[in-house]
Amino acid sequence: MIPVAFDYVRAGSADEALAALAEHGDEAKLMAGGHSLLPMMKLRLAYPSVIVDIGRLNDLSYVNDGGDHLAIGALTRHRDIEISALVQEHAPLLAEATAHVGDPQVRHRGTIGGSLAHADAAADHPSALLAMGGSVVVRGSGGAERVIDGADLFAGFFESTIEPTEMITEVRIPKQGGQGWNFQKFNRRAQDWAIVGVSAQQVEGGARVALVNMHATPIRATAVEEALASGASAADAAEQAAVGMEPSSDLNASVEYRSHLARVLTRRALEASGIA
Amino acid sequence: MEITVEVNGTTHTRDVEPRTLLVHFIRDQAGLTGTNIGCDTSSCGACTIHVNDEAVKSCTMLAVQADGQRVTTIEGLAEGEQMHPMQEAFMNCHALQCGYCTPGMVMASISLLDENPDPSEDDVREGLEGNLCRCTGYHNIVKAVLSAAGGSQ
Repeated sequence: MIPVAFDYVRAGSADEALAALAEHGDEAKLMAGGHSLLPMMKLRLAYPSVIVDIGRLNDLSYVNDGGDHLAIGALTRHRDIEISALVQEHAPLLAEATAHVGDPQVRHRGTIGGSLAHADAAADHPSALLAMGGSVVVRGSGGAERVIDGADLFAGFFESTIEPTEMITEVRIPKQGGQGWNFQKFNRRAQDWAIVGVSAQQVEGGARVALVNMHATPIRATAVEEALASGASAADAAEQAAVGMEPSSDLNASVEYRSHLARVLTRRALEASGIA
Repeated sequence: MEITVEVNGTTHTRDVEPRTLLVHFIRDQAGLTGTNIGCDTSSCGACTIHVNDEAVKSCTMLAVQADGQRVTTIEGLAEGEQMHPMQEAFMNCHALQCGYCTPGMVMASISLLDENPDPSEDDVREGLEGNLCRCTGYHNIVKAVLSAAGGSQ
């Protein structure tokens, strides 16, 4: 399978990439590792007329200690996050979720910024971002930067609140201070997307719980969080996992099965993390 | 667009369409057909090669992304008649049946040991999750990787 023909622009800097986006508008797509975009282009589900390759912006590949948070460059590959001592120490849920992305070959190419911008409800990273209270820094064509809280990042099915002329430059994850956490991913085939997944992160007075593939967007399980905040047991809180969710029904799972999985996996996550 | 890719130590400069996949560049332009195309959807791992010594799926990379990079394919492992230790381990452990997944398996296995030189059996099984063998010969493949790891110590 070969993608539809496109013009190729290799950006030498973030500013060059943003200039190309400004010039071509929503005809253009940024390509980082290309491990979400290229498969869609090969299936001709996506056919941008201009590809702006940002895969060589090595200055946007880093994990830095930002004091109360970790600053992770948008072009940081999954592999580099998975083995980062800083991430393992201060954001272990992110390290674990990252280790579940695709397979080693995919993790050698795919990037955290690409994964978040792709806004796939079935992906692992967005749930970790939501559970850890993370945010992304985006830059526009004038060079102006703004910070989008994870809670405001996902707008719809494969849709984010990042403008077509903006790009993610950095992901910020608050240091989690040794609090309990757990990541659950259920699939039937090795390396597959989660049929349902759960990211759980303990916070002062409760927990943040985010679900994979239970809605059109990556989503917080607010009913579970509220139950935990009022002192519910893991089992009782987990019963609320599918409340308000509108999961899809497909070859892998019906709505009922996904809802059941969400409850079971949430209970496991809450128990294993010691949250409740 | 003109790209230059070093494949197994040989420099290939070619004019390619930006949409050319790296696996097609390797097979059709560099003429190295040891790298197989299996699923063509980055699931099966048959097309696994190394880019700068790391395993990647060459069906999910554009040739233009490999411009200026160093690519190694299954043909680049042996030194003359002397097989790479991983190839030898696959042979000794009967780690192939039909052989279609083998080039990708060998490339993924070498990358696995680069990152984890002393893996457990579970590490090997998990580390090869991106490579499918339709003959389901996994047991001997895992044995081969463990044996290659032992031999390198």
